[in-house]
Amino acid sequence: MVEFKHKTPMIDELETGPWTSFVTDIKREHESRMENPKGIDFQTPQKCCDDLLGVLELSYKHGRTHWKHGGIVGVFGYGGGVIGRYCDQPEMFPAVAHFHTLRINQPMGHFYDTKFLESLMELWERRGSGLTNMHGSTGDIIFIGCTTVQLEEIFYEMTHNLNQDLGGSGSNLRTPSDCMGESMCEFACYDTQEICYQLTMEYQDELHRPAFPYKFKFKFDGCPNCCVASIARSDISFIGTWRDDIRIDQEAVKAYVGGEIKPNAGAHASRDWGAFDIQKEVIGLCPTQCMSWDGNKLEINTPECTRCMHCINVMPRALRHGLDTGASLLFGAKAPILDGAQMATLGVPFIKIESPYDEIKEKVIEPIWDWWMEEGKNRERLGELIKRQGMQKLLEVTGFKAIPQMIQEPRSNPYVFWREDEVPGGFKRDINEFRKYHQR
Amino acid sequence: MAFISSGYDPAKPMKDRITDIGPRYYEEFYPPIIKKNKGKWLYHEILEPGIIERVAESGDKLYVIRVGGCRLMSISHIREIMEIADKYCDGYVRWTTRNNVEFMVPDSKDKAMALKDDLLSRKQPGGCYKFPIGGTGASISNIVHTQGWIHCHTPATDASGTVKATLDVLFDQWENMKLPAKLRVSMACCLNMCGAVHCSDIAILGYHRKPPMIDAEYIDKMCEIPLAVAACPTGAIKPAKYELPDGTKVNSVSVNEPRCMFCGNCYTMCPSMPLADTEGDGIVLMAGGKISNRIDAPKFSKVVVAFIPNEQPRWPTMTTTIKRMVDTYSADANKYERLGQWAERIGWEKFFEKCELEFTHHLIDDFRDPAYYTWRQTSNFKFT
Ligand code: HEM
Ligand code: HEM
Ligand code: SF4
Ligand code: SF4
Ligand code: SF4
Ligand code: SF4
Repeated sequence: MVEFKHKTPMIDELETGPWTSFVTDIKREHESRMENPKGIDFQTPQKCCDDLLGVLELSYKHGRTHWKHGGIVGVFGYGGGVIGRYCDQPEMFPAVAHFHTLRINQPMGHFYDTKFLESLMELWERRGSGLTNMHGSTGDIIFIGCTTVQLEEIFYEMTHNLNQDLGGSGSNLRTPSDCMGESMCEFACYDTQEICYQLTMEYQDELHRPAFPYKFKFKFDGCPNCCVASIARSDISFIGTWRDDIRIDQEAVKAYVGGEIKPNAGAHASRDWGAFDIQKEVIGLCPTQCMSWDGNKLEINTPECTRCMHCINVMPRALRHGLDTGASLLFGAKAPILDGAQMATLGVPFIKIESPYDEIKEKVIEPIWDWWMEEGKNRERLGELIKRQGMQKLLEVTGFKAIPQMIQEPRSNPYVFWREDEVPGGFKRDINEFRKYHQR
Repeated sequence: MAFISSGYDPAKPMKDRITDIGPRYYEEFYPPIIKKNKGKWLYHEILEPGIIERVAESGDKLYVIRVGGCRLMSISHIREIMEIADKYCDGYVRWTTRNNVEFMVPDSKDKAMALKDDLLSRKQPGGCYKFPIGGTGASISNIVHTQGWIHCHTPATDASGTVKATLDVLFDQWENMKLPAKLRVSMACCLNMCGAVHCSDIAILGYHRKPPMIDAEYIDKMCEIPLAVAACPTGAIKPAKYELPDGTKVNSVSVNEPRCMFCGNCYTMCPSMPLADTEGDGIVLMAGGKISNRIDAPKFSKVVVAFIPNEQPRWPTMTTTIKRMVDTYSADANKYERLGQWAERIGWEKFFEKCELEFTHHLIDDFRDPAYYTWRQTSNFKFT
């Protein structure tokens, strides 16, 4: 029996119930480290998982955290990828006194083979705590907990032996992430993995060396279902879309109507919602009312369709997105801090997503970065800069022409700040010439 | 424990240094069936909760079993996942954006069903599933969350614990697809919201309610005061002189308390400004957000419960309140209607009535410009 130094009655209550218990899992790792059948010479204290449970129990008792922010720790030459973390009760919990986090740039789509996973696990077992986050909210693999001296060692081994780099943290490009896209999903309108990988590689310098006013995120959703939530949490959100007709398989539509195929890919199967009613469930819920069904043929009036995905989600075997695909780019999403949450704003209604992505790099990403680095205040996200200086400025920077697709509605005040060059003759006028016709 | 060098020489950090190599190329990790059919998938069908059949134009079929994962995962657990992947999936496995694990079985439905039985038979000593299957379709998927008391310095509650408690209570909705539409729950342990909780059907948010304390005797020794001043997003912190009981004058700061939004950024910069507090800290519940563009635009979650005290280890008030919202929505909403779409259709006044939630002045927005647009500028409303 492996011993546990700390009594943990409160968190032990999280070891029952159906959902997987993280407490049990941390205990399992402690046991594995203590038994140590492979005779590993642990480089982060062997009992760290036990002490971590102890810290957590103390927090449960106090209702307060026992971690301090880490100050400056990192690997030489990089401004991000490591988050320093110290325990505020180091005497009680010496094995986690220094317990820093590493962010490891995840493979796109979060696909792994067990060989690569084992190489990561072997490294992290030997040099770190044996605890991870799979994955952090940004998408990185998170290695939770190691001592300061191990940071460089882990980085060295990872780059030399695993051909693998850290991810981003701090005021830089954060590790880009993507939805599974074309790898498994028939809704994908472009290859999310490839562009995510290529842009990650292109902008390694921006990712590792903070030179921005604040963090910057790209995220890639293959379609408007937005499985990686790009529209809510990225400075540039790529959302797959198409310009031509939704492809319709009329026979499959009939099969849905006839009840041969379950609607929405079987998503509602655990409850009896009655027979599928195409009129009510598809035609009636289409937000633009651009669909019709005469009992025999389904029609979609393409120019009216806003590509919301509802009909395709309900009848994936009958409807497929068009073939002229690309993405809509939206800008400036952020969490509430500081001026309130912002959803990303449509700035490029449609762009082709084709390697080597020159138009996206040269007309969109790089001019926006130049503008933001020039004008952005410290800790001002792109979305806040756009709000402060106006959407017009975004268009000026990217060179895309203003079109009504970019807005919900036109302005309801007439306070247009005309630029001098937009008004014939400019602003400089001769008052004496004016006075010839208008008395003082 | 003896220090073992990797080969890195601290005296010459640039020697043999490799940098800027990025992640491994994802294609190395595609199972062959994905390499072959990428971009040529025809359709998918959820055979039963948690099990998806994906059919390609080539006729190839891939069976995907989705299991819940704790985001916090030990390498022993990951090694068990690897052992399963080796046995059933030719050594490939993936994670979803919501911390689920997907086992991909090519071609054989029988093998997938054998895998299902295997997964469900694996339990932790306390009886919890190691690999709960579900999270597809009109269900509640895994709760994405942040670090909490396990590893962050500004949380107002725990993340893994609130999530475990909530998923235990909502487990039936994870395992089944009984809801009108999918329902996404997210958790963030302070208002910095490292996860995208602000657009979830239901969001659990840790919130502090007391401004930082100031450790005046130590602050000038432990912190760069200008950095602490600059860290405050609302400009609530000013440099100030302070006189200690023994008469010594020290450089410190003062906090304009009514301006403090309890974000903890000062504590990030300066450990002499802690704000965690047993009574002050707790939970905010938000509801009605969504990310998808399906039918209507993405929406922010709205605050529907301003504060619930921390009741660790299982947060019963929080979980019963969440359960009540889920059950009310489930009984009342139309098929395909997300929680926020339902609330907007019936009206938020009805939402509070039906979900038996108390409305208080805290729930009226008063934060900067956007607040006005959330008040009602019409005489149309419903009596409750
Ligand atoms: C001023 C605001 C913020 C501060 C001070 C802050 C601070 C931190 C800290 C200290 C951590 C480390 C936690 C740990 O691993 O110990 C962290 C993690 C993280 N933060 Fe933030 N954060 C802020 C805002 C945000 C926002 C707005 C987002 C996303 C939109 C975000 C995304 C993340 C992510 C993805 C992680 C990785 C850990 C995880 O996945 O939970 N942060 N943050
Ligand atoms: C969106 C911005 C506004 C627009 C488009 C607008 C437009 C107009 C127009 C077209 C008239 C009628 C002029 C006429 O018949 O000769 C008018 C009258 C008036 N407006 Fe505005 N207005 C705006 C904002 C304001 C504001 C901000 C105020 C005061 C705070 C204001 C106060 C008035 C008053 C008092 C009159 C009546 C003037 C009179 O009867 O001689 N308006 N406005
Ligand atoms: S965002 Fe669209 S393409 Fe990507 S995984 Fe989700 S449904 Fe599929
Ligand atoms: S995608 Fe949306 S808008 Fe277009 S036809 Fe389908 S339901 Fe209507
Ligand atoms: S949400 Fe706040 S407390 Fe939680 S991990 Fe992020 S910064 Fe830390
Ligand atoms: S908690 Fe945030 S708002 Fe309050 S004083 Fe600190 S930095 Fe300012």
